[in-house]
Amino acid sequence: MRRQKEKIKIHTVIIVKNLTKNFNGFKAVNDISFRVNKGEIFAFLGPNGAGKTTTIKMLTTLLLPTQGEIKINGFDPLKEQDQVRHSFGIVFQDQSLDDELTAWENLEFHGILYNLPKNLRHKRAKELLALVELWDKRQHLVKTFSGGMKRRLEIARGLLHHPKIFFLDEPTIGLDPQTRNKIWEYLKNLNLKEQITIFFTTQYIEEAEKVAQTVAIIDHGKIVAQGTPTKLKRQTRAKTLEKAFLIFTGHQIREEEATIADQLRLRRKIWRRR
Amino acid sequence: MTNVIYILWLRQIKRYLRSPSRIIGSLGQPILFLFALSFGFGPIFQKAGQGNYLEFLAPGVIAMSILFTSVFSGIEIIWDKQFGFLKETLVAPVSRFEIMLGRTLGGATVAVLQGLIVFTISLIAGFKPISSDGFFLSIIIMLLTAILFTALGTAIASVLDDIHGFQMIMNFLIMPLFFSFWSDVSFARLKWNFSSHYHD
Repeated sequence: MRRQKEKIKIHTVIIVKNLTKNFNGFKAVNDISFRVNKGEIFAFLGPNGAGKTTTIKMLTTLLLPTQGEIKINGFDPLKEQDQVRHSFGIVFQDQSLDDELTAWENLEFHGILYNLPKNLRHKRAKELLALVELWDKRQHLVKTFSGGMKRRLEIARGLLHHPKIFFLDEPTIGLDPQTRNKIWEYLKNLNLKEQITIFFTTQYIEEAEKVAQTVAIIDHGKIVAQGTPTKLKRQTRAKTLEKAFLIFTGHQIREEEATIADQLRLRRKIWRRR
Repeated sequence: MTNVIYILWLRQIKRYLRSPSRIIGSLGQPILFLFALSFGFGPIFQKAGQGNYLEFLAPGVIAMSILFTSVFSGIEIIWDKQFGFLKETLVAPVSRFEIMLGRTLGGATVAVLQGLIVFTISLIAGFKPISSDGFFLSIIIMLLTAILFTALGTAIASVLDDIHGFQMIMNFLIMPLFFSFWSDVSFARLKWNFSSHYHD
């Protein structure tokens, strides 16, 4: 029994069972379940308001679930908050750096909050700043940074305390394609080198397809499909993940872009499947 | 634990020192009171046999600037909520109590620094403290006042999301205190009125 438990701990770092969150009767997250394995890159794909951020908040101890069970690195966010908080790093959807401090000071602040000894803190900060190519700018105030630089610094900060799991809530939103690629380069690199599990949310289908090993499609608070991108495409007999998404959810990921043509195309697809 | 409190404290001091406009801007009101009132009432106060008006006025103005700075330091929490920085401290493995303590001490230190600047200005304006013992005692009182009102501001700010609402509530709470300071001043005027009557 004990051995089995340890085995689960090693292979599955996130377990979510029947997780639900109600906001005054509105089900933001509706009975979702999934598992994320160690070292995996897991994408949570869905449109705005699908419940992605709410899920991340519950996984990272910022929000209490209405119902359901969560295990992060073998710990329960409700009972073992501190252990859970030590286990993950996070990049929030909105920028969360202190603009009035320098890049280095932001990292120092983080390191002290996570109780890292000075030499370890400085060594790791140096290493990460070099990785995200901000070492030369370490003494600059964050308010002088561009959006891409801030994101990179946030990634460095989130990884400072050697987390097992790295949460990223729409890490590349609002960034140009070049910066986006660069950021994924760093993240994939870290994923390989340090076996960090990466859990990210996105509304870019091509991003999920390109980087994630497992994709969960979430819509209106429910997971409508999950699996490897290849599996999802096979399931729907679609050529691209974008089409698979359309078939699973019945709409385009950005609704304002969905036109009558899309709907017709969808109807045709459903007819063909019969 | 001390480390966490220290870094939260340090953050606030650094932010304060890096914002000269904030330092200078918040000195405007105390300077106005010190100079305008002492030029206006000073001679009358003296004529009435009450001594140096600045000795009466300066401690009140110092207390007032500490009161305002410390209570409004709660705004920084709302600010951090809006700019997202608060989340960074909330997901960290530290207790909420440590966060509050660090912030309160940081805000209180800033308020005392502000008070000391006003004190220096009042020295320039001609204020003469009675003794050095009294000076050190007054620093302790300044610190206690600052801690009390920063804690109050922090507590109220932590349950609010709206900067404007916070300002309204704080004004409502501060004004009675502020007026009690003013009533002392007007009481002195009243006293002068009475005494001058008797002299006539």
